[in-house]
Amino acid sequence: MKIINCPLNGPRNSSEFVHGGELREMPDPNNCTDREWAEYVFYSDNQIGVITEWWLHAPSGYWFIAERHTGSDEILRTYDPSEIFTKRVEFSAKAESSQSEEITA
Amino acid sequence: MPFSLLKYGLNKDYPFEQNADLPAPSALKSHYDVVIIGGGGHGVATAYYLAKYHGITNVAVLEKGYLGGGNTARNTAVIRSNYLTSEGVKFYSESVKLFQGLSNEFDFNIMYSRRGQLTLAHSDAAVRGFRQRTEVNKHFGGKTELIDPQQIRELVPTLNMNPADQPVLAGLWHIDGATARHDAVAWGYAKGATQRGVELHQLTEVTGVTVEQGKVTGVETNRGKVSCGCVVQAVAGMSSVVAAMAGIRMPITTYPLQAMVTQPVKPFLDPLVSSPALHCYVQQTGRGELVFGGGSDPYPLYSTRSTMDLKESLLAHAVELFPFMANMRLMRQWGGLTDMTSDYSPIMGLSPVDNYYLDAGWGTWGFKSTPICGKTMAELVATGKVPELIEPFAMSRFDTFRQVNEMGATAASH
Ligand SMILES: Cc1cc2nc3c(=O)[nH]c(=O)nc-3n(C[C@H](O)[C@H](O)[C@H](O)COP(=O)(O)OP(=O)(O)OC[C@H]3O[C@@H](n4cnc5c(N)ncnc54)[C@H](O)[C@@H]3O)c2cc1C
Repeated sequence: MKIINCPLNGPRNSSEFVHGGELREMPDPNNCTDREWAEYVFYSDNQIGVITEWWLHAPSGYWFIAERHTGSDEILRTYDPSEIFTKRVEFSAKAESSQSEEITA
Repeated sequence: MPFSLLKYGLNKDYPFEQNADLPAPSALKSHYDVVIIGGGGHGVATAYYLAKYHGITNVAVLEKGYLGGGNTARNTAVIRSNYLTSEGVKFYSESVKLFQGLSNEFDFNIMYSRRGQLTLAHSDAAVRGFRQRTEVNKHFGGKTELIDPQQIRELVPTLNMNPADQPVLAGLWHIDGATARHDAVAWGYAKGATQRGVELHQLTEVTGVTVEQGKVTGVETNRGKVSCGCVVQAVAGMSSVVAAMAGIRMPITTYPLQAMVTQPVKPFLDPLVSSPALHCYVQQTGRGELVFGGGSDPYPLYSTRSTMDLKESLLAHAVELFPFMANMRLMRQWGGLTDMTSDYSPIMGLSPVDNYYLDAGWGTWGFKSTPICGKTMAELVATGKVPELIEPFAMSRFDTFRQVNEMGATAASH
């Protein structure tokens, strides 16, 4: 079985990991257009070459980042997300104005 | 059955078919009205219908490898229309109908064989899902019934009714379920297209796409440049890579999909059997081999290698369904590159580039749609208008959050 080097737990069988998709920048959910949000959620580069992607080590619930070649399946590097994310990403969706408010307004 | 077969049967001499082969390779012309990228089933079917129904024959199909050597050669040839959405059922039922007439139309046997497909429910939730699919099918053209364990036992006496301690509660019996010889489908379309004047260029790889003022005007290949009026892209697992040449980004991720086949044994299994809960489907070919398939690999990759992990997990489940298979030997294994969309429906129609048409996102389920894809894509090219049948599959559905969700009806059945 393929072995993946988890930055937290060391080398483990690939069956312990869940793929989390290409790393991409999240647009501001409060100000982006539907198209931009769709681009973020559904579209991807999906090219052959080295990509930066999320992985989860499922038994320990630990998310990390890998650089992997999508043609050869070689994993060049795995590292803790703190290398890229220096501060916590806050995700707060704008509160939708509810219908009842509109009616009373 | 093609009528020529009957003629051969009555012939004393070894039957000799004139024009049995494809035309010899020729030089690329400098201009084609239509360039089709990808010589899989979808590409050659589009060329065939363009020539047959629309009289458009200045067409080149450009294939980087050999005719039908991509997923067309690698699929497990499940043909069915028991999908979940009305859009899906309407579309796939048309394809099943076209498949039924193909041998006669080509005068070439594609070995279409209607076996019926049985999908197993191991939970109440699955039974509810099957009820819905049965009703949707009845309304939109598929022939599907919900059947009980006794009927399942009669259809497939060798099936273990309690595989992996997950009792079989009901079955979705799809009478139209079938298989066909996948290579023959590609050959039949290619032959029909080239006889009508279409050019098929194998070993011709598209390496670039020329777009001027938002409109495609040509392609670059390893054999030189070609200008063209429009392009149809039908490259399955390479969809994102080729689309990027035209500056198009797609909602597609490429995953390997593996399958395998055993040594041949006496016929014992007529229907195609699949269990979504066990991520596994099994069918017996006309030669007696058992074909197994399951879901795609767990992470994206552009590689057609086979893995031990997949064999272990898939065969463990297959042996649960048919325990005596534990003594059989695997004969071949292979993989293909599947272009997966998040809603398990295809991407067909217009693209952000004018005159550049997409036939992609066929993932693990696009063999069965080969005829109807060819027909609708040809209509789109010839008329410039998106046929109603494929309107729901426009790439722009992702921008408006109008997915056509077929995941439940596709994941382990193809
Ligand atoms: C293991 C497996 C099992 C499957 N089982 C089923 C099933 O049971 N039922 C079902 O309906 N579907 C199934 N599928 C899916 C089905 O095989 C595909 O969706 C279908 O064959 C796609 O046909 P196509 O003609 O679009 O692609 P392909 O047959 O893959 O043709 C695309 C062609 O494009 C060529 N190409 C790529 N890049 C370029 C380039 N730059 N220039 C020129 N040519 C290029 C490739 O060489 C290839 O020949 C399965 C797939 C796999 C891998």
